Amino acid sequence: MTAVDAGMVIVGAGECGARAALALREGGYQGRVTLVGGEPHPPYERPPLSKDAMTGDDQPSPRVIASFEQLADLRIAFLAGSPVTAIDREARSVVLADGRSLSYERLLLATGSSPRRLAIAPASPRIAYLRTFDDALALREQMTPGRRVTIVGGGFIGLELAASARRRGAEVTLIEAQERILKRGVPEAVTEIVHKLHAGNGVEVVLGIAIVSVEADNARVRIALADGRAIEADSTVIGIGAIPETGLAAAAGLAVDNGVAVDARLRSSDPDILAAGDCCSFPLAVYGGRRVRLEAWRNAQEQGLLAARNMLGAGENYASVPWFWSDQYEMSLHIAGLADEGVTTVRRDLGNGAFVLFHLADDGRLVAASGIGPGNSVAREVRLAEMLIARRAMPDRARLALSDYRLKSLLAA
Amino acid sequence: MSEWIEACSADEIDEEDVIRFDHGNRTFAVYRSPDNEYFATDGLCTHERVHLADGLVMDDIIECPKHNGRFNYKTGAARGAPACVNLSTYPVRVEAGKVYLQIG
Ligand SMILES: Cc1cc2nc3c(=O)[nH]c(=O)nc-3n(C[C@H](O)[C@H](O)[C@H](O)COP(=O)(O)OP(=O)(O)OC[C@H]3O[C@@H](n4cnc5c(N)ncnc54)[C@H](O)[C@@H]3O)c2cc1C
Ligand code: FES
Repeated sequence: MTAVDAGMVIVGAGECGARAALALREGGYQGRVTLVGGEPHPPYERPPLSKDAMTGDDQPSPRVIASFEQLADLRIAFLAGSPVTAIDREARSVVLADGRSLSYERLLLATGSSPRRLAIAPASPRIAYLRTFDDALALREQMTPGRRVTIVGGGFIGLELAASARRRGAEVTLIEAQERILKRGVPEAVTEIVHKLHAGNGVEVVLGIAIVSVEADNARVRIALADGRAIEADSTVIGIGAIPETGLAAAAGLAVDNGVAVDARLRSSDPDILAAGDCCSFPLAVYGGRRVRLEAWRNAQEQGLLAARNMLGAGENYASVPWFWSDQYEMSLHIAGLADEGVTTVRRDLGNGAFVLFHLADDGRLVAASGIGPGNSVAREVRLAEMLIARRAMPDRARLALSDYRLKSLLAA
Repeated sequence: MSEWIEACSADEIDEEDVIRFDHGNRTFAVYRSPDNEYFATDGLCTHERVHLADGLVMDDIIECPKHNGRFNYKTGAARGAPACVNLSTYPVRVEAGKVYLQIG
């Protein structure tokens, strides 16, 4: 079959792919832009899926980034629900599930990530994973008042779901194999607060015990633990991390290293194919080029914007500092940078139980900040810290602890 | 009928900063720019209805504390994802050290 000329082609219509498509137009590009999505919906935001979409009274609708009409108005050809099945680098084209073939001028892979499966869990309508809006709709039905839910995994998605399930009045047991929740990337002082928050809201948290089996029939799910206990529930959600969607890239012979491996300009090992967002690993300039893969919404957004500029030849390097937030009950957690880059910590209390930890490298450089508090109480300090991290600032460590030491004044310096 | 309402003293807001002002059942954000002018917008972000006064003012931009959506607080224009709907702005007058908003 002859390939249709599709211009700039973007595979994956999540946060990253959608932002990239919009940015191509904002950047003044007049040629063809084709956005290929694996899901039937217009591009939508994923973070509400574990939060408001679970707890709202009304049947939720996806929070749309750009509607079908808006995309059409911008002359972005949006092919919804038609996954790409292969990349033909020689022919510079992609093949769709329905057999169509699209030739590209430049290709962006924004395929995201998908939930890691728990190998010992059987397939059952009572055992769920959460990634898509459709997953969220199905899960919502399981989290009704009085029902028992087990959540496997004490990462962000598991914890946000636990909070949402409690809000809806379900009984929740959360099982984490590690000896603490949020072990990856979150300092212990913050984890402790999160743990207490869940315990105080009636979540039973089981730590440091492996799961030996998961069984489901048409009424119950039974999880057997290594200490001999068994936990029964009406349903189970598994949130044990995500794996990058690299299948297309790997099959096309592109370098893959915990994600489609890209350089600072988001180019894969084929310079006409870029990758961005959750699906890629990239060198983080602020930590001397350390290769990382992030699963963070703003990163997906910013890399989408940068990928679009670079598809148009800007040749810019990605220079952002990682930033992440999570909402649980009335509390929000904000993290800038990667806390494991720090060797010492300075704590600043902001009142009302809110605090920020500043993480410093051994040379005194600020490398990360993690904060937790009610509402958006830590947002400003963490955001300012992020800007200082980007500048490789070395703030006075004794004064960092004082809330009247204004981070903003350091930025002006 | 639009009326002028006293919001705060002029020195309650730091330079290049913002405070929240509630009036009746409405909430506003009142700004002082780096060059010492005063402005006012709706208090809640158009993305998820979060109080903008917890955000960061940089030059003529207010950045939302929740997801870093950006607005020009002088014009109300949305200036960065995920913010895409503009904020309403309100006339401001400073008199005898007090800041007044005209709310319609
Ligand atoms: C429930 C949930 C809550 C979250 N909460 C937060 C939060 O509070 N804070 C935060 O910072 N981050 C959060 N995140 C993470 C954030 O949503 C992701 O980092 C972001 O969505 C990544 O964007 P992306 O476009 O790279 O990938 P995705 O959003 O995963 O989008 C990728 C898209 O590509 C499509 N696709 C894949 N393969 C193909 C193919 N072959 N052909 C066509 N299409 C394909 C997929 O169907 C998908 O729609 C959350 C994620 C989830 C799932
Ligand atoms: S609530 Fe303001 S950017 Fe999302």
